[in-house]
Amino acid sequence: MLAGIAPMFGAAEFVRPAIDWHAAAPELTLLGFGALITMIDIGWLERARRIAAPLASLALLATLVPIITLALAGDDRSMFNGGFVVDDYSLIMKATFVLAGYVVVLMSTDYIAEGDYWENEYYGLLLSSILGMILMASARDLISIFVALELLSIPAYMLVTWRKRDLKSNEAGLKYYLMGVFASAVMLYGMSLLYGASGSTLLVDVNDAVSEPASPSAVVVLGIIFVVVGFAFKVSAFPFHTWAPDTYEGSPTPVTAFISVASKAAGFVALMNLLFVGFLGRDDVFEPLMWALAAASMTAGNLMALRQTNIVRLLAYSGVAQAGYMLAPLAVAGTVPPDKALTASVTYLVIYAAMNLGAFAVVIAVARKTRSAEISDYRGLFHYAPGLTVAMTIFLFSLAGIPPLGGWLAKFRVMEALIEADTASGLVLGIFVAVNSVIALYYYARIGFGMWAEDAPDGDLTPVNVPMSLGVALTLTAVITVAMGVIPGDVVGRFTEVSLLAGG
Amino acid sequence: METITDNNWLLTVLVFAPLVGALIMVLIPQQDEQSHKQVALLTSLVTLGLAAFLLIDFNYGKAGVLQYFADAEWIEVIGAGYTIGVDGMSLPLIALTALIMPLVFVYSWNHIPEPGNAKAFLILSLILETGMIGTFVAQDLVLFFVFFEVVLLPMFFMIAVWGGENRRYASLKFFLFTLFGSALMLLSFLALYFLTEADTFSMLVLTENAGEGIARGTQLLVFAGMFLGFGVKVPMFPFHTWLPDAHTEAPTQGSVILAAVLLKLGTYGFIRIAIPMLPEAAEAWAPWIGLLAVIGIIYGALGCLAQTDMKRLIAFSSVAHMGFVMLGIATLTDFGINAAIFGMVAHGLITGMLFFIAGSVKERYHTLEIKRLGGMLAQAPRLGWILGFVSMASLGLPGLAGFWGEFPAILAAYEPAVGLSEKTFHVYMVVAAIGTVLAAGYLLWLLQRTAMGEPPAEFADDPNITDVSTTEWIAWAPLLFGIVLFGVAPGLIFEVTDPAVGQSLNNCITLTGCEVAEAAASSGSGGG
Repeated sequence: MLAGIAPMFGAAEFVRPAIDWHAAAPELTLLGFGALITMIDIGWLERARRIAAPLASLALLATLVPIITLALAGDDRSMFNGGFVVDDYSLIMKATFVLAGYVVVLMSTDYIAEGDYWENEYYGLLLSSILGMILMASARDLISIFVALELLSIPAYMLVTWRKRDLKSNEAGLKYYLMGVFASAVMLYGMSLLYGASGSTLLVDVNDAVSEPASPSAVVVLGIIFVVVGFAFKVSAFPFHTWAPDTYEGSPTPVTAFISVASKAAGFVALMNLLFVGFLGRDDVFEPLMWALAAASMTAGNLMALRQTNIVRLLAYSGVAQAGYMLAPLAVAGTVPPDKALTASVTYLVIYAAMNLGAFAVVIAVARKTRSAEISDYRGLFHYAPGLTVAMTIFLFSLAGIPPLGGWLAKFRVMEALIEADTASGLVLGIFVAVNSVIALYYYARIGFGMWAEDAPDGDLTPVNVPMSLGVALTLTAVITVAMGVIPGDVVGRFTEVSLLAGG
Repeated sequence: METITDNNWLLTVLVFAPLVGALIMVLIPQQDEQSHKQVALLTSLVTLGLAAFLLIDFNYGKAGVLQYFADAEWIEVIGAGYTIGVDGMSLPLIALTALIMPLVFVYSWNHIPEPGNAKAFLILSLILETGMIGTFVAQDLVLFFVFFEVVLLPMFFMIAVWGGENRRYASLKFFLFTLFGSALMLLSFLALYFLTEADTFSMLVLTENAGEGIARGTQLLVFAGMFLGFGVKVPMFPFHTWLPDAHTEAPTQGSVILAAVLLKLGTYGFIRIAIPMLPEAAEAWAPWIGLLAVIGIIYGALGCLAQTDMKRLIAFSSVAHMGFVMLGIATLTDFGINAAIFGMVAHGLITGMLFFIAGSVKERYHTLEIKRLGGMLAQAPRLGWILGFVSMASLGLPGLAGFWGEFPAILAAYEPAVGLSEKTFHVYMVVAAIGTVLAAGYLLWLLQRTAMGEPPAEFADDPNITDVSTTEWIAWAPLLFGIVLFGVAPGLIFEVTDPAVGQSLNNCITLTGCEVAEAAASSGSGGG
């Protein structure tokens, strides 16, 4: 959208860009509700607490409406010279962000209210972070990608420290913040190099410029590497994952769920926008980079997860490994038809969102009774909370990729893309995925074993009290996780083949 | 290729009937154990009834053709279809599964293993049944893979929750081994998809294509992936180490299902998928498969001789018996593969029965240590005689089912498919024959130590040691009957399997010219 930034300082006349209000409706709706929640808080103070969570839910459901109407309309739209694009890919990701946000609100409702934390601010910030995410799904311009990234990150920094009297929460927030801004700085430097090489911030123009043989290669390569590394922090890929375990452990658990799913997905969306629109001509640069990140993330993430005793830390490391699986198709993005790699990653992201959110919902539910996230406290869960145990079993083994749960389809699509590439590197990465699935199974199955087969640590068999909103979140995620695996044709039929509109 | 689509709803109902029963059970409260047992038994009986209808209605004149064939869209994006069908190769195995499960539920009537919770235990068993039957009817690689894996979770929990002392180690080992194999198997399936022109997971098309257009080196690699996936499940030496642990720790019902059906998923995969789809690679790998098979036979037998625990001994005997099955398959002849299918059914009946006996012995003596047992014939004569009878069947006594699994497999090794080295297979034949002697050795020795002699002092006046109970009779009688029936009339199975085996081998000949047909023809029809 700022392709014309230089001429603006010249004398060129400013032309008001045409605005497609329908295309921008999801963002505008969410923005309106976010502002409303904040205003109500200012006006009503304490009285506003009661309506904060329902209003946030309503905001997200209302945002779904224009997303659905846009999907029904079915045509691709583009604004600002192609800097803002609405296509099937961006709509799927927007719907995922909004639904994930909705589940997070459901998970937060009792957690935040009972913890005596500020509520309106919490939901206001949550909504603005989601706003950044859905904006990211449409961004096809270096500047708007950066703005969307900051919009989704800055509220998240605050949410992480929400338990402000808890030292761990402070530590979590500080680490997340420092790592986050460091990543932003690196990425911004990369973007400036790319801008220097191409003279435009529009991704399509960047692609044209970097693909040309005559382009200053070192600058381009360095730019691409810096940008990718910046997002590698965001998606917690090895070796840029070091913030994740501490941040996950210290944050309020619903926020952990939010950053481990929505924020990571947003990082992936940005990465995919950049790779598929901006750098596709330079697959010789990004493919090896992605290959290394993917292989290292899945292997290192899994190996470190093996040693964890805290379930949130375990999910953090397993999240690193999962990021590796999602990165894998990007390592063959230039070899297979780009749609194929994109579809594989998107399918993985959507299914991952459902199963990982579900796992965190169980963590929250169990912690209501045990006040702990130690894996040893999951022993004997089956004897006093069979429903939660079955749900957790579904989520864990879906993460492990066992049919017929959703995760298997996700892994299948990744493997499919890797094999279709028909290159030695693709095949080797496929074997990496296969072997890592087995390593990962060990720690998932170990939790499953403890829940089902061991006795409760202190013989305390009082049932877990699951509040209704949390129950809805659990049911929703569990149903989606199973349905994705058994009848994916019907569930994901709409976005089975996503492609990405380049814009312009 | 020809298919018969009459009554094609039948298989779907057969596969998912157990799952429906499981869903009904979810709604029944946990305390009401009696209802759970009734629903589970009834469901499995309905399934058995459907399987019986299948057996009656099956067109035996066209046993080589896929019948009840249904082909619907399932996951369009990845080209996976809901394709199911039955031919002579899978029919006996489906019948075996449908027969074993009601017996397991009858046995469960008053043998719910520690720590109880009949609801969960029986639900898992029903899910297992859906997975097993589904694997045998699937005619699409992705569908096959999904059913193949559906079996994993229930079995893991069965061992993990209701298993013995060392259940944690055993269940994880079982899970990790099988998943490792199947992950690589999935890679091979995908490779097949992309490497063949047709871009399909349909087993029919891939079997017809028989690896055409795939470079030999690639074929070898793809076959290797499947080899690992199926070989771990069989289990073949050296991937067998999960089996003794899993069997020893699993509850009786788990051991029975594992021995009777689960192990067959692997061998079935070889004859249904790996060999017909990649005949050229199969030919190259066959000597190695044969080698591992005979090592398995001898190693399993020696392992048996060294065991001090009765259940572990039976588990090792499985390794040996599945070695015979794999040897039959490795010959790549009509005769050998027919023998292999027979061996699978026979092993299912016999070893399933042995594990039932082991469970009952454990219940009465609270130990399976062979050293401490003895004099069963004096104290519980019927139990002792049944053990004797099944041991005879297991060691391959002519006239009982075990014989027809082992003997033809050895015979087939005398004349392997053209293209395979006769000398090598002759050596295998001799080694396998020695294996049968060892089998007689360990089984008779087991019988001698546990059933003969005087009851040891510690159990001499134990009131717990009673003879076979009514539920045990009901659960065991069909198996004992089957062992005699198929021993006397092996043609019942051979005549069903032979056309289907011929069909799947024929495909590979017409396309690759590996001339297995001649070998199959000259070694005589398997129909005995």
